[in-house]
Amino acid sequence: MITYALYFATVCFSIGLVLNIWRIRNAQGVVDRILALDTMVVNAIALIIIYGILENTAVYFEVSLLIAMFGFVSTVAYCRFILRGNIIE
Amino acid sequence: MLKAILNRIIPHPQLTGFLLLTWLLLVNSISTGNVLLGLIIGLLIPGITQPFWPDRPKIARPLKAVEYVLLVLWDICVANVTVARIILFKSNANTHSHWIVVPLEVRSPEAITILAGTITMTPGTVTSMLAADASHLLVHCLHTDDPDAVRDEIKHRYERRLKEIFE
Amino acid sequence: MELIAEILVSALLVIAGLFGLLGSWGLVKLDDTMRRLHAPTKATTLGVGGVLIASMIYFAVFLDHLTFHELLITAFLFITAPITANFVAKAHMHRDIKERDLPPTGGQYGWAGYDEIGDAEQPIDTK
Repeated sequence: MITYALYFATVCFSIGLVLNIWRIRNAQGVVDRILALDTMVVNAIALIIIYGILENTAVYFEVSLLIAMFGFVSTVAYCRFILRGNIIE
Repeated sequence: MLKAILNRIIPHPQLTGFLLLTWLLLVNSISTGNVLLGLIIGLLIPGITQPFWPDRPKIARPLKAVEYVLLVLWDICVANVTVARIILFKSNANTHSHWIVVPLEVRSPEAITILAGTITMTPGTVTSMLAADASHLLVHCLHTDDPDAVRDEIKHRYERRLKEIFE
Repeated sequence: MELIAEILVSALLVIAGLFGLLGSWGLVKLDDTMRRLHAPTKATTLGVGGVLIASMIYFAVFLDHLTFHELLITAFLFITAPITANFVAKAHMHRDIKERDLPPTGGQYGWAGYDEIGDAEQPIDTK
């Protein structure tokens, strides 16, 4: 039962990734792209953890933690660049 | 005298405890070596970053804070269902988005930060901006027919509790 | 016990998948950047949160390997989601929204992104 639930969640998050790519392709501005990229990061974290459960290993937690941090920092840096013109003043 | 020395060594006891806990969660084992390493980290980092912490937030009622966290977690679940229903069953033309101005009574920066975060995480509202003198909060609401009711709910449900916690 | 855990993990995974999909669908369907901001910040946090909690239960029950990393990731996502949303909203308003399109503050000063006041009168650093 868990295996089927895992496959279902994988399909859901993968479709989510495709929708995000569609939004990046048809964005109405730079901010839209940042938002879509941020959502992509979150979906990618979910996919990595699902893969970790499928493979029965706990190695992927560190990976997802690092990706979560990188996603947050890059989103904030990008927004700050738009707001202020530079990232570290 | 003792207190002054203790204050010098542990300038920020809550931060020390928090860093120790985070370290133990990260390495995922409680052994003497890890507790010691966590304590060293917990003492070094507040010591080095002390100039960045000019004043400390005072939490007057910790129990109320726990209640607040549980309330917000519950509201996040409800918020998800609410937003899901709006996204699925309302056409774009039928969605009435509003800007809402929330006058603030809480004054401490920590309380305002937590209030802004809470508003973003709960039903259909996103904090967008703060007034230049931190007296009002600009909130974007995804769908509502009565903006005043949303404002009153934010003030009554979250700000009142935060006021009790921080003051 | 195992059966209950199995049902719980499966249910969490299915709910999380649906919410994750819904967040991305909202990003595509809604027609204004401010509106779009609502979908990912909420739906995706619950989506990933559900997957993480399912993973914690799974590893604890079926592999006898209790980890708290998931809790850390969940806490991290829940703390950073509002900050990201706020930053994106501010960047969007900075680029595409004029101050006259916003309601007035009702106070002495305007909104922080548009109105600069002197450091001496500023009670809190809002920049």
